[in-house]
Amino acid sequence: MGGFYGAVVTRGFRRYATYRSATAAGVVTNSVFGLIIAYSYIALWDQRPHLGGYSEPQALTYVWVGQAMLAVMALMGGGFEDELMDRIRSGDIAVDLMRPADLQTWWLSADLGRAAFQLLGRGVAPMVCGALLFDLALPSAPGTWLLFLVSVALGVVVSFGLRFLVALSAFWLLDGVGATQMAMLAGLFFSGMLLPLNVFPGGLGEVARALPWSAMLQVPADVLLGRHRGTGALAALAFQAGWAVLLLAAGRQLQGVAARRVVVQGG
Amino acid sequence: MSTTAGTAPVIELDGVEKVFDVRRKTGTLRRTRTRVRAVDGISFTVPRGEVVGYIGPNGAGKSTTVKMLTGILNPSAGRIRIDGIDPTRERTRLARRIGVVFGQRTTLWWDLPLRDSYELVRRMYRVPDAVYARNLDTCVELLDLGPLLEVPVRQLSLGQRMRGDIAAALLHDPEVLYLDEPTIGLDVVSKSRVRDFLRGFNAERGTTILLTTHDLTDIESLCRRVMVIDHGRLVYDGGLDGLHASGESERTLIADFARELPPIDLPGARCVGVDGPRQSFAFPAGRSAAPLVAALAADHPLVDLSIREPAIEDVISRMYGATS
Repeated sequence: MGGFYGAVVTRGFRRYATYRSATAAGVVTNSVFGLIIAYSYIALWDQRPHLGGYSEPQALTYVWVGQAMLAVMALMGGGFEDELMDRIRSGDIAVDLMRPADLQTWWLSADLGRAAFQLLGRGVAPMVCGALLFDLALPSAPGTWLLFLVSVALGVVVSFGLRFLVALSAFWLLDGVGATQMAMLAGLFFSGMLLPLNVFPGGLGEVARALPWSAMLQVPADVLLGRHRGTGALAALAFQAGWAVLLLAAGRQLQGVAARRVVVQGG
Repeated sequence: MSTTAGTAPVIELDGVEKVFDVRRKTGTLRRTRTRVRAVDGISFTVPRGEVVGYIGPNGAGKSTTVKMLTGILNPSAGRIRIDGIDPTRERTRLARRIGVVFGQRTTLWWDLPLRDSYELVRRMYRVPDAVYARNLDTCVELLDLGPLLEVPVRQLSLGQRMRGDIAAALLHDPEVLYLDEPTIGLDVVSKSRVRDFLRGFNAERGTTILLTTHDLTDIESLCRRVMVIDHGRLVYDGGLDGLHASGESERTLIADFARELPPIDLPGARCVGVDGPRQSFAFPAGRSAAPLVAALAADHPLVDLSIREPAIEDVISRMYGATS
């Protein structure tokens, strides 16, 4: 059981590790964007201190966590989904379906390997860059960092669950570009990448915080900032786990429907 | 291991049908539903260890049949058993017992060296170490993969990739091997290498092989039995000779002479074309070309000659015309 999927995780990690120049370019981009957003936030928090309940150092920490999570959560694409949609469109998916392996677990393993690499390759460097240039509100308790890592892992599974559903739409739509772009736009806003979801008042804020995308940035960032403590932290992780389970179950259902009704392209 | 051909069937199909509902746009908003019977009542059995050619024109239902045999499409009616397993119900268990090779798709990981791809296959199929080592050794030796093991799949030529793919499909000791146009696009040397390997592997291990192809030479060198499918129906099931006879197919001998000659009356063939110094002769596909060549060379200034084999589509379409 673990043998094959474990090997796929390792391969996913190694595969992204070979793209060294892409990783370096990504780190530079994340750092530059981090700088731009950080100065925008400083301007905003000067006018409205404690917006969304964040102090200025907390808000800046939020910015750099966001940059660190951008690639990990594949918020701007770059995960497995393009490849899976290509395989569906070309009919190569038929080969995968003839394997004694579960499609969803297979791609999840590959994506976990990718995310693990990007946490190290694309996550750590921008975070260090932010910490050197700004006064950040980073926790000193190792327990908080551990909770943060668990929260990131759950966020990656939620992110996978959403992208797997989007990718499977290619069985029906053939051209999945529209679906991918819609999902990306929704992800950028509802994950809290543009502004923390806590800033949004009233009904919109409530809804945004309850959607699965908030598990990808808002929740991990708040866990790191210590806004969820004790049972609150567990509730936050349970919120993520709940969405993860729900989305994986939905993906499994959709995979079953797709496999049953599929008229595999060509060949 | 000895060949056990002729014993219990490993592939069984009984009245298998596959009907697709195809929706087609017939106006800006109007759509009509048409039912397409891709496979229309096919029954056959294949005994263990046999190599069978499964041929037919494009769109005849070959791929649909193979997809049902591997469990990725459900039959609309009828019964399928592969080694006693119902493909749709136990697709994963079946997947461990079959190997699949597609000429036009790779089952390998394009960015990985062959050896790493094989490692993943080993884990996916949970192949015991001893079995894996033995099969890999056999394939590396007979398919000459030694120098290629460390090369990423994307850098392999088509012929090399094909050999790599065949090895990947055999590492887990499959009972049944499906080959979908395994020699398409290969050069003559690569083709014969693939055929030699498959013939030897079948003789030694007794793996049942179902081969889909448009290349008559594949069938001739590998299969004693041929099944022809057209419009979703089995229109022929028997030996290769019978296929040529029932298809009334002909080979063509094209001869170039030193100068223009009147049409030559050649016993056992008929002149079907004269184009300057070139003349073409048609003769039954079951007959040898040697006596014709000898006769031409003895009496005429022969410069060059070639033989055109009957295209399998021609054989099939002529045969289908005769049976319907």
